[in-house]
Amino acid sequence: MRGMTLIVKTITRLIVGLIFLYGIYIVFHGHLTPGGGFAGGIIIAGAFILLVLAEGSEELSTEVKKWRASLFESLGIFIFWLLAILGLFTGSVFFLNLLPKGKEYHLFSAGIIPLCNIGIGLEVAAAIFAIFITFAVLKLGGKE
Amino acid sequence: MMNIIPLFIALPLGAAFLLPILGYRNFDKQKTGQAKRAVVISIRRRRAKRAVILGKRSKKVPDILVNLITLTLLVLSLMVINRELMVYKMGGWEAFKGIPIGIYLVLDGLSVLMLLIINVVGFLATLYSVNYMEKYTDKTRYYTLFLLLIAGMNGVVLSGDMFNLFVFLEVAAIASYALVAFGTEAEELEAAFKYQVMGTVASGFILLGIALLYGASGTLNMADIARVISQQGIKGMVLFAGVLFITGFGLKAAIMPFHAWLPDAHPSAPAPISAMLSGVLIKAIGVYALVRIIFNVLGLGETKSILYILMALGTVSMVAGALLALGQRDFKRLLAYSSISQIGYIIFAFGLGTPLGFLGGLFHLLNHASFKSLLFLNSGAVVYATENRDLEKMGGLLERMPVTGATSTIASMSISGIPPLSGFWSKLIIIIAAIQAGHFILASVAVLVSIITLAYYLKVQRLAFFGKLGQAWKKTKEVPGLMCTSMIILSLLCVGLGVLLLPGIKNMILDPAVEVLKNGAQYANLILGE
Amino acid sequence: MIYYLLCMLLFVIGLYGVLVKRNLIKIIIGLVLMEYATFLFLALVGYKKGGTAPIITKGFEKAVFVDPLPQALVLTAIVIGLATTALVVSIAVRIYQRYGTFDVKEIRRLKE
Repeated sequence: MRGMTLIVKTITRLIVGLIFLYGIYIVFHGHLTPGGGFAGGIIIAGAFILLVLAEGSEELSTEVKKWRASLFESLGIFIFWLLAILGLFTGSVFFLNLLPKGKEYHLFSAGIIPLCNIGIGLEVAAAIFAIFITFAVLKLGGKE
Repeated sequence: MMNIIPLFIALPLGAAFLLPILGYRNFDKQKTGQAKRAVVISIRRRRAKRAVILGKRSKKVPDILVNLITLTLLVLSLMVINRELMVYKMGGWEAFKGIPIGIYLVLDGLSVLMLLIINVVGFLATLYSVNYMEKYTDKTRYYTLFLLLIAGMNGVVLSGDMFNLFVFLEVAAIASYALVAFGTEAEELEAAFKYQVMGTVASGFILLGIALLYGASGTLNMADIARVISQQGIKGMVLFAGVLFITGFGLKAAIMPFHAWLPDAHPSAPAPISAMLSGVLIKAIGVYALVRIIFNVLGLGETKSILYILMALGTVSMVAGALLALGQRDFKRLLAYSSISQIGYIIFAFGLGTPLGFLGGLFHLLNHASFKSLLFLNSGAVVYATENRDLEKMGGLLERMPVTGATSTIASMSISGIPPLSGFWSKLIIIIAAIQAGHFILASVAVLVSIITLAYYLKVQRLAFFGKLGQAWKKTKEVPGLMCTSMIILSLLCVGLGVLLLPGIKNMILDPAVEVLKNGAQYANLILGE
Repeated sequence: MIYYLLCMLLFVIGLYGVLVKRNLIKIIIGLVLMEYATFLFLALVGYKKGGTAPIITKGFEKAVFVDPLPQALVLTAIVIGLATTALVVSIAVRIYQRYGTFDVKEIRRLKE
């Protein structure tokens, strides 16, 4: 797929970092404000997708990216699974909220929920990006 | 002991996502040199060195890991037989003033029976697919999806909460859609598309039913809904939700008006997946969920109209499935239509509403899982050896493939109801229950369908295995050892499951399950009292 | 009450799309419409008169909140719907590669 015009490319390079940072903010503050893992992950994926759309997929080596996106997706869910299993190892129930719950409205509070949000954010971002890359490099032809 | 319960879901889920991380080196098989350099320079330098030392042996790691996981699940499910009711509160959220606020995982007699079925067939299918899936590409992704399927089904069976049931139902269903399309030939994709569209419509109906139930009762916990409905009586909204659930779960279980996806989807999947789909999936997410919700949650076990609907649907499935199977030429498509017919027997038995009917339905569920999985694994062995599914072209394979032929004959005799194999006992119980409930015509219809079943299975055996050996098949060999092992174990189960009706063993496995269904909405008091 | 009926109307429109339309992509759009009608219905079930968004911020601890449980359910269900849509669209794209058409009446190689 061809890239876009020079104006779009310039603005994209300026804005992509800010979109990424905004996505990370939504993931981290998931226990205080609306959002959390899913919404923040999709915004992070949006930053990468914008980059691919603006620069064009011919210049990217999409094979490497597909492999890494799959790896990060599995890693994200694996982190979430480790946090859930941690409760079983310390002798009590599955999914226990182990870490200390600090004061309200602070960033480091509510036990394992921020860490779970990070795992989910990583996973959703990698998954949406992998789906997009798969569709972007598929060439729609006629009968094979 | 209580800590075993979340392991049924956690173990396959964790392994399913560990496999792509371990197998990431396989991703760059046909990639450019740039990617290969990325592998070496990456953080996992140690693993790259170890992989160079291990060399070819690292290709077996997914096989060994997956078989270990399913074997562990099998051992765990054997350990939970004949225990008392266990309720596991996830996250440690205790009930607040008698109202449950957390997600519960409930292990009672019916769940134990379903867990046994799922994990036994799962283990034998993974044993089979070590050799069978060499003919397809990308075995690691196959194992990931397979483990997700097992995790989803275990979750459906253990869940004590309506929305948790829905989430695990979707996990298992999406894994099965992807597995049906695994070979990516044209016909498999078409079958997978049809299956997925109909399955998603069914999930939409189920979610609508859950939304209505939440609106009517204000809670999502199954025991709490049962308590609220038994206090308020059965109103119109509850009956409407019940009908929506019959539609949704009936489509997942391939009952007659909603069966159209099954004859396309089950033959197109690879053989161990066909065995899992037809032997376990339509029962775990279709029949089990339907029965649990109608009898335990909504408490409709006494409502005559709902029972008549179930009996009618079951009878239509029985008859139409058998008649459509008579005219098939494709081996796997015939087995798929036969599945529809046998599920009709099971739904008919549940629709009778008597404890003997429940016993017959549950026992036939167990038996059907064993012989239908065995038949699909046999068809897979035939396809592996001869690359052909058309019955008219096969002939006399018994002398070249003795294990496949012998196990296929045992399974066919069992499913047709020939004594003393297990299928005979379950069909006998269903027919006796029908006569005791006073439905003489339907009981004779059941006997007639059993004779038709015998007819088409005799046709399959004659065309495929007995008779003269065709010219093209003189060089076929028997299938490899692991595939034979799983087929032999399943055939031993087919022969030996009749022993579950002996008085000492019956009250270990089957009776607790019947108790749960007989209790109906009293299930709520047992769970909330924990 | 009128809002529940409108959600059911949207659900029936989606069902009509799945049953009647002949293009694969239109069937998928009907499917997505059905799912989203269900999500709307589920989120509306939790409404309480005069309620605000169920998030505790400084200074708003004692207001009347709408029911947060259906909102959490809908969030989960939206992600499930996303995964389903991604899978079915990729199957549809592969079907186009094999058959050359998006018309359901032509994609009929599996006979009775």
